Amino acid sequence: MTTMSDPQQGSFRLSMLLNDTRYRSYTFQFIALMLLIALMAFLGINLVRNLAEAGLNISYDFLGVPAGYDINQTLIDYNSQSTNLRAAVVGIINTLLVAFLACLTATILGVIAGVARLSNNWLVSKLMAVYVEIFRNIPVLIWILMIYTLMTAVLPAPNAFRGDNPSSSMLFDAFAFTNRGVYIPAPVWGPGSMIVVATFTLSIIAVFLYRRYAVKLLFETGKLLPLGWPTLAILIVPTLLVFFVMGSPIGLDYPALRGFNFQGGLQIGAPLIALWLALSVYTGAFIAENVRAGIQAISKGQTEAAASLGLRPKRVMNLVVLPQALRVIIPPLISQYLNITKNSSLAIAVGYADITATLGGITLNQTGRAIECVLLLMLFYLTISLSISAIMNVYNNNVSLKER
Amino acid sequence: MNKSVFFGAMTVAGLVAGASAAATLDDVKERGKLNCGVTTGLVGFAAPNANGEWEGFDVAVCRAVAAAVFGDPTAVEFIPTTGKTRFTALASGEIDFLARNTTWTFSRDVDLKFDFIGVNYYDGQGFMVPKALGVSSAKDLDGATVCIQTGTTTELNLADFFRANNISYEPVPIETNAEGQQQYLAGACDTYTTDASGLASTRATFETPGDHIILPEIISKEPLGPLVRHGDNDWGDLTRWVLYALIAAEELGVTSANVEEMATSTTNPEVARLLGAEGTLGEMLGLSADWAKNAIASQGNYGEIFAKNIGEETPIGLARGLNAQWTDGGLMYAPPFR
Repeated sequence: MTTMSDPQQGSFRLSMLLNDTRYRSYTFQFIALMLLIALMAFLGINLVRNLAEAGLNISYDFLGVPAGYDINQTLIDYNSQSTNLRAAVVGIINTLLVAFLACLTATILGVIAGVARLSNNWLVSKLMAVYVEIFRNIPVLIWILMIYTLMTAVLPAPNAFRGDNPSSSMLFDAFAFTNRGVYIPAPVWGPGSMIVVATFTLSIIAVFLYRRYAVKLLFETGKLLPLGWPTLAILIVPTLLVFFVMGSPIGLDYPALRGFNFQGGLQIGAPLIALWLALSVYTGAFIAENVRAGIQAISKGQTEAAASLGLRPKRVMNLVVLPQALRVIIPPLISQYLNITKNSSLAIAVGYADITATLGGITLNQTGRAIECVLLLMLFYLTISLSISAIMNVYNNNVSLKER
Repeated sequence: MNKSVFFGAMTVAGLVAGASAAATLDDVKERGKLNCGVTTGLVGFAAPNANGEWEGFDVAVCRAVAAAVFGDPTAVEFIPTTGKTRFTALASGEIDFLARNTTWTFSRDVDLKFDFIGVNYYDGQGFMVPKALGVSSAKDLDGATVCIQTGTTTELNLADFFRANNISYEPVPIETNAEGQQQYLAGACDTYTTDASGLASTRATFETPGDHIILPEIISKEPLGPLVRHGDNDWGDLTRWVLYALIAAEELGVTSANVEEMATSTTNPEVARLLGAEGTLGEMLGLSADWAKNAIASQGNYGEIFAKNIGEETPIGLARGLNAQWTDGGLMYAPPFR
């Protein structure tokens, strides 16, 4: 028997590709791959041929011609005579801005809600359960539209701030909440302001060094240095001193009602606020569930052991549970960050000028170069998403269990 | 799995072949109805009425084409399109005919590969402001927040106008007319800009239209017309001459009321050719002899359509102005039916 079932070495026949279980799966996979490639090639050729038949061609020349339209919120110089490429860059920066802000607030919101949902306080845990269930079960587009509509309907128009007896007034004479956006004082950088900024940066570094020293001292001698007030002191005192020594070089530019709108100060447009808030609360609800899952994945023994060592509940959470829970939390957190970035393309619904609204909206419309614009958009979102993934994976490798 | 991939490829191939091969008129006849792209709702031009039936100035052109092709003005499927989706819908073949107050421009005609079949409304871009704002000229709008429909020529005209006058503004891009109306009424923008006819139509739906004024400046030329895909000249000819038939009917005194009588008893040879009593104009288009008669009988002539939907008797209240017949000092001029 044994001699018969021995594979015959060195005599490969073509029929074995189908008959031999060792090769059969490879054969089928190869055929499927070939068919897939053929389909892609067919669709590609079809596109090119149909475009040629309609007298159209693929060309990116439009990127260099003036865009001709204006954009309401730009972080870099832009006017209607700038090129379509620059309009696209404005959009990219706006996308990154809202994605960054929303990732930040969604994480903070999610961690708080996730931890609070496991609270022993009945009211707190139920409130958080309600938050999570309501916000993650209604589409984010509805949230964006709702917050935006609420803002435009509830907040006063700039007109309401006008006259001797206005129906609305500014908060502290510095903040104006209007249905076009929120106006806040903007810093004005005078001569010598860089020294103040440099001092502040050095203070931050000093705080880190001090904290590191305190931990080292604690481990070596068991002596616990106070952390709270020295941190604050290091952060504020030198900066304030330099600020007054240099003669108050950083001033504030207050917004004021001039003409039709508030002028001066910094304007945070209503579309940005609506998009930012909606993405934060929506994704925050998902992150809360990830955090809860992460915490519950840590065995109860860990909490009990930490408690029996005499650690207070806050320290148990911060020093024992959360660091271990991070291993479970980070991978799904990456996909939530990707979701925020991709969902930011809903900006068009409220007129926020992100990349989908500039390149994929107005530029696409005015030039009619649909395929080119959409290809560029896909490339952009792919690049951004892969970059976020890569960065978060590096972080994940840092916190994951080191197996030796 | 391999099989389904293969059949999927076959289906795609079939669809693509189907889309490019047949002529539009044959497609429409085979389908039994005309797919007509209109706005998502602009009262007077195209909007569903209380019974859910589409009506308006642009809708009438669609219905006239359907009446000419099928003899039945209701054989139309209305497909609402936004400023952004309209061209893709037409280019992809989702609609056969786009009547969506679309401005005839060089690049749309040449670069986007469409054919404008004519002009059914000569318009220009204007601004609407609340009376309370105390603005009497568009040049006073320095620093204003402007609501604007995105993906339209108005967006570019606006940028040009403010740049030429060296004043600044802040655009608020919006997707549909309804959204613009909501933003404007909430005070989220100081002024709303679009074609003057659109402004009049929008203002007519306000609770207190008298509180809003349309500024005197008209900052652009906006010849609005229906369009078809480039390349199918037969279909382009057909739709073009349906529009001209409506315009010529007004000039020749043919109305929906007297069209039947005129068709049999007219002594004017051009009317006889138009209504199919003489000559073979319908046959040349691939239609029946009474194509123009059906169109006029169902929708009325150009003047009737104008008066019924957007004229001075309606809430929209637009004067004929440039859109009067050339004999009355306007720009409406149909080539001879011969």
